[in-house]
Amino acid sequence: MTWTWFHKLASPPHAYRILGRLAPWFGWTALALILVATWWGLVKAPADYQQGDGFRILYVHAPSAWMSMFTYVVMAIAAGVGLIWRIKLAHGAAAACAPIGASFTFLALATGSIWGKPMWGTWWVWDARLTSELLLLFLYLGYMALRASFDDPQRADRASAVLALVGVINVPIIHYSVKWWTTLHQPASVTKLGRPSIELAMLIPLFIMIAGFQLYFGWAVSRRLRGEILRRERNAAWLREAA
Amino acid sequence: MDLQHFLAMGGYAKFVWPAYGLTAAVLLWNWWAARRTESEAQVAARRRLELAQESRS
Amino acid sequence: MMRTPTSEAARLVFTRDLTLAWRRWDEVAQPLIFYVVVTTMFPLATTPDMSQLRLISSGVVWVAALLSSLLALESLFRADVEDGTMEQWVLSGQPLGWLLLAKVAAHWVLTGLPLVIMSPIVGTGLGLPTSAWGILMVSLLLGTGTLSVLGGIGAALTVGVRRGSVLLSLLVLPLAMPLLIFGARAVGMQMDGDSPLGALQLLAAIFFMALSLGPIAMSAAIRISVEN
Repeated sequence: MTWTWFHKLASPPHAYRILGRLAPWFGWTALALILVATWWGLVKAPADYQQGDGFRILYVHAPSAWMSMFTYVVMAIAAGVGLIWRIKLAHGAAAACAPIGASFTFLALATGSIWGKPMWGTWWVWDARLTSELLLLFLYLGYMALRASFDDPQRADRASAVLALVGVINVPIIHYSVKWWTTLHQPASVTKLGRPSIELAMLIPLFIMIAGFQLYFGWAVSRRLRGEILRRERNAAWLREAA
Repeated sequence: MDLQHFLAMGGYAKFVWPAYGLTAAVLLWNWWAARRTESEAQVAARRRLELAQESRS
Repeated sequence: MMRTPTSEAARLVFTRDLTLAWRRWDEVAQPLIFYVVVTTMFPLATTPDMSQLRLISSGVVWVAALLSSLLALESLFRADVEDGTMEQWVLSGQPLGWLLLAKVAAHWVLTGLPLVIMSPIVGTGLGLPTSAWGILMVSLLLGTGTLSVLGGIGAALTVGVRRGSVLLSLLVLPLAMPLLIFGARAVGMQMDGDSPLGALQLLAAIFFMALSLGPIAMSAAIRISVEN
């Protein structure tokens, strides 16, 4: 099995072109899926037995939370690949992921908080999911702050890669410790964002929205990564054709 | 459901609509920011090219 | 040419750091003083009522210990990187992780250990009962040790950054949250009459994981900071 396809993929000019061609496909499909999911979630799906129409926030909260964690893992893997095999493109991918992931984390927190107000009466509650999301946001912000503190882009890439790897090892530990922490004192009646048995009809828009968010992520990473490639390329030859 | 029911969201309107609005805002920001970083990088790359060509001639 | 055994090299680093710090003991005292000052802030900011302070005592003692440890960590590697010693270590052929771990250990003896010893006194000021002293010190022993390793990773990453101390805290504190959860809760459970063993075991597991994986991350980070 030859690895030429892999090396070709990692070559910046090739990746630049491919990402440029892929992006519109990601983008338009994502838009379509998100719009369909929004309509389905707000109109077609039946209202919840307990929470009425309020539960429809699920369709934006859960995909955001999922994407926030998915993006961090992708970012860490890309950073690891870049660090171990010294592939600049991988470092660029990690850099591209960070602001996307951080904004999804913020969205998960904000929608979670908004959802919480009608459900348990307060704008914030220290439940396992929200607390973990908050800590994840801190990890993203720390990563981005570390990146920004270096003038040398190579050092920024490699230092933040170490941080991302340390962070990703910590994520399961954080999740478990927060879960443990919330189960210690059984609060009287904190109904978390869980709900009783959820029908399939209510799940369909959720999956469509997640698919839409994933493709949207693909589009955003493609565009950002093209920018990262340009910033890392000193060799002018292929740039002339690209620009 | 009819339009009025849709907008009222069973009484949860002031929670559901801000949540969806925020989502739209974040997605729009990401869309704008991604395009901007890409085009800024393109402009900068083009400038580097020009400078390199100038210094060579 | 005979190479120095790594254990010897590590021991030399350890004693050298301790000796250097001995000459600047006021720097060693500063985190300790900070610890007492910060814990004093809480009664002043809330209430002098011991029974109420007792409820938050385990948490306050732990948070203050973490913050005080962090203060001192920023300069862990700076002097050696700036005068070129670190570069020599990287090139020396000795496993870098062991040398760095020796530095971290010396640093812990100078900052973490005094905090641990001080903690019952500070805790008493917040209403912490004597029955919890043992668990308090054991948990802080593991916690400050782990934090020294995590802080070492952060310090290695930020050693070239101007005014990196806030960045260091921003990087290290989120990673230290599990420590805080298990450690402070262990003390709280002891105070409530529950068994803290489960929490302590989890804390110990994190400590040993940090001890084994930390030096790898630290040496990777140092190499990145030192190489040109």
